Amino acid sequence: MTGAPGGRPGWRAFAGFVRKEGYHILRDWQTLLVLLGLPLLQVLLFGFAIRSDVRQVPLAFVEPVPDAATAAVRARFAAATGTFRVVGVVRRPEALDGAFRSGAVRVAVVLPEGLARRLGRGEAAPVQLLVDGADPNTGGIMEAYARAVLERHAAELRAPAPGRVPALVPVPRMRFNPTLASVNLFVPGLIAFVLTIVSALMTAVTIAREKETGTMELLLASPLRPWQVVAGKVAPYLGLGFANVLLVLTAARLVFGVPVRGSLVLLLALSLLYTLTALAMGIVISSRAATQRTAMLAALAGLMLPTLLLSGFIFPLEAMPLPLRAVSNLIPARWFILIVRGIMLKGAGVAELWQEMLVLVALTGVLLTVGVRRLAVRLG
Amino acid sequence: MRAWLRVVRLLVQKEFLQIVRDRATLAQLLLIPFMQLLVLGNAATFTITRTRVVVMDHDRSAVSRALVDRLGAGGQFAVVAVTSSPAVAEQALRTRHAAMVVEVPPRLEARLRREGAAPVLLAVNAEEGAVAGLVSGYAQRIVADLARELAADAGARPARGTLAVSARRWYNPTRDYHHYMVPGIIVSLITIIATLVTAQNVARERELGTLEQLHVTPLTRAQFMAGKLLPGWLLGMALFVGAMALGRAVFGIPVRGNPLIVVAGAAVYLVVALGIGLLVSTVTRTQQQTMFVSFFILTLYLLMSGLFTPLESMPGWAQGVAAATPVRHFVWVMRAVLVRGAGGAEVWGTIAGLGVAGAAVLSLAVWRHHKGAG
Repeated sequence: MTGAPGGRPGWRAFAGFVRKEGYHILRDWQTLLVLLGLPLLQVLLFGFAIRSDVRQVPLAFVEPVPDAATAAVRARFAAATGTFRVVGVVRRPEALDGAFRSGAVRVAVVLPEGLARRLGRGEAAPVQLLVDGADPNTGGIMEAYARAVLERHAAELRAPAPGRVPALVPVPRMRFNPTLASVNLFVPGLIAFVLTIVSALMTAVTIAREKETGTMELLLASPLRPWQVVAGKVAPYLGLGFANVLLVLTAARLVFGVPVRGSLVLLLALSLLYTLTALAMGIVISSRAATQRTAMLAALAGLMLPTLLLSGFIFPLEAMPLPLRAVSNLIPARWFILIVRGIMLKGAGVAELWQEMLVLVALTGVLLTVGVRRLAVRLG
Repeated sequence: MRAWLRVVRLLVQKEFLQIVRDRATLAQLLLIPFMQLLVLGNAATFTITRTRVVVMDHDRSAVSRALVDRLGAGGQFAVVAVTSSPAVAEQALRTRHAAMVVEVPPRLEARLRREGAAPVLLAVNAEEGAVAGLVSGYAQRIVADLARELAADAGARPARGTLAVSARRWYNPTRDYHHYMVPGIIVSLITIIATLVTAQNVARERELGTLEQLHVTPLTRAQFMAGKLLPGWLLGMALFVGAMALGRAVFGIPVRGNPLIVVAGAAVYLVVALGIGLLVSTVTRTQQQTMFVSFFILTLYLLMSGLFTPLESMPGWAQGVAAATPVRHFVWVMRAVLVRGAGGAEVWGTIAGLGVAGAAVLSLAVWRHHKGAG
C-alpha cells in the first residue's frame, strides 16, 4: 500500500498521509531523541537501581549481661555480612527507642540474661527479635532472614546430641532465576511499564494536539476517511514504539544479561502487539480528551500508578484481594509482563502462553474498536 | 507589597478560572486521585496466603503425608495437587499453576530411619520478586517444625539447651499493609498531579504564545512564578488533606504523631515538587517535551525514592539519587510521624532541609525562566 496507482481510491492519499506524519516526527529531532532515548535511559537507570532484596539491615543487640554464648550469637550475625550490618549493642531495649523511630536500627536481637548458663542447663532460652514492621514487606523479609540466622545457630547448638535424631533437610532451589537477581525480575516489568506509558502518551497527545489546534478539521476536509486519519497518525508511532522495544531488549540482553530462553521471534512479535495495545490506549484517551492537558493527565496521572501497582511489576498479584485481582485483569501490562517473563526467564512458548496472548489480542481489539470508532464519530 | 500581592492574587484567580472552566480537567483532578487511592490502597504487598503448591511425592509414607498436612495447615499454602509425575510438577511451575513444587524423594521415611537425615527438595518459581524468598522461607520453617516433632517422637532429647526464637513487629504488629501503602500512594498521587499541572501550564502558555503577552505586562518574574506556583500548591494541599482524611476514614491509617507536622511537611514539600515542575517547563520548548521529561522525573520518584521498594538494598549511587529527590524525605517524614509517632524534634531538620531545597529550586526556576524567555 505504498500508493501504487490503480489501488483503491484513498490508499494513495493514505500512504502520503502516513509519510507526512513520519516526516513530522523525524523533523523534530529534539523530540525524537527524547522519544527514543528516554525509555532506554529509564530501563538502564532503574534496572540498575531497583532491588527488592533486603540488604545491609542495621541491626542492634540487647544484652543485659554479655557472656560467651551471647558473643557466639553476635558472631553469627557479624558473619552474615551483606544481609545485616551490626550497628550497636545496648543493655536495655528502651535504649533503642530513638534509633528505631529514626530508622537507624531496624532489627534488634534481645538476648536473655545468663544465656550461657541456661544453655548449659539444657534449657530452651528465649531470644526475641524486635523488627521494624512499619513497612510490612521489608519487615517480613528482615524477620525471616534474622530468624534463619538464629535457627541455624540453634540447630548447631542441638547438633551434638547423642542418638539418631531424624532430620528433614529442606533443600530450596530457585527455579528460572537461581540467584534471585533483581535485574531478571524487574527488567521485564520495566520494559512493560515504560513502553505502556510512552506509547499511550505519544498517541494521546498527538491526536489531542490536532484537536486543540484545530488542524484535525483540516484533515477531515481531506478525502481521507476518519479511521484513516487515526491510522495514519498512529502508524509512525507503531514504528517508533517498536524501535523502543528493540533498543530496550538489546539493553536488557547486553547490559543486564537477562536471558532470552524462549523464541526471540515470538518475543518480538508479541512486543509489537503490545506496542499496538498501548497505542490503542492512547487512542481511547484522545477520543475523550479535547486538550493536551486532559490527554496528558489521563495518560500519566491515570495510567502510571495502576500500571506500576496492578501489573505484578512490584507487588505479586497472587497476594491481592480478589476484587483487585479482577481489576488487574484489565491492565494490559499485567499480561505483557507475564509474557516477557515467561519467554525470557522460563523459555515458555505458545503452548504455555496462549491464554495471555489471547487476552492481549482481545484487549487490543476492544481498545482499538472503541477508540477508533469513538474518535471517528466525534470527528465525523 | 500589597500591590505586589494583589497582582499575584489576580494571576492565581485567573489560573483557577481556567482550570474550573475546563470541566474535563476539573473532573480528572478530583476523580483520579481519590479513585486511585480507594482502589490501589488495597494493592496487597508481599503477604503469602494460600499460595498454590504441588507436592511431588515419590515416597507415599506417613512422613510425606504429614508434610502435605502441615503445608496446608498453616494458611500460607494450599496444596493443589499431589503427584508422582515430574512432568506434571514441571508444567505446574511453568504455567504458574503452582508457586512451588515440594519434592519428597523415594524411600524418604526409610532413609530417615536408617541414615538419620533425608532431603526435601523445594523448587520455587523465582520469577516473582521477593515472594520467592518468602515462600521458600515459610516452607523451610514448616519442614524444620516437622523435623523437630519427628525428633521429639523418636524420643531424642537434646543434651544442650537451644534458642527459642520469637519475634515482635513494632509499629505495625498486625502487619496491616494499608499503613504502609496508603501514605505512599497519597504522596505519589499529589506529586504526580501537582507536578504535571504546574509544568504543563507554563509549557502551554509558551506554546500558545500567551507567555510573550504576559512578558510585555508590568508583571515581574517573581510575581509570574508565584502566580504559576500557587494554584498547583493550593490544589496539592487540598488533595493532600482530602486524601489523608479518606485514608483515615476508609483504611484506618494510624496518626500516632501530631498531624499538623505532616501538613506542615506537605506544605514545604509541595513547594519543592512544584518548583521542580516549573524548572522542567523552563527547559523544554513544547508541551510534549514537558510531558516526557515530567514522566521521567515522576518515574524516578516512584521507583527510586523508597515508596514501594526498600531503599537500603539499592546500590550506593542510587541511594544518592534517592537522597536528592524530595519525595524520599517527605515520605520519610510521613511514615515517621504517622506510623512511628515521631515528634517535631525528630523531623524538623528534614522539613527545614526541604525548605532550603525549595528556595534553591525556585530561585533556579526564576533565573532559568528569565533566560528562556529572553
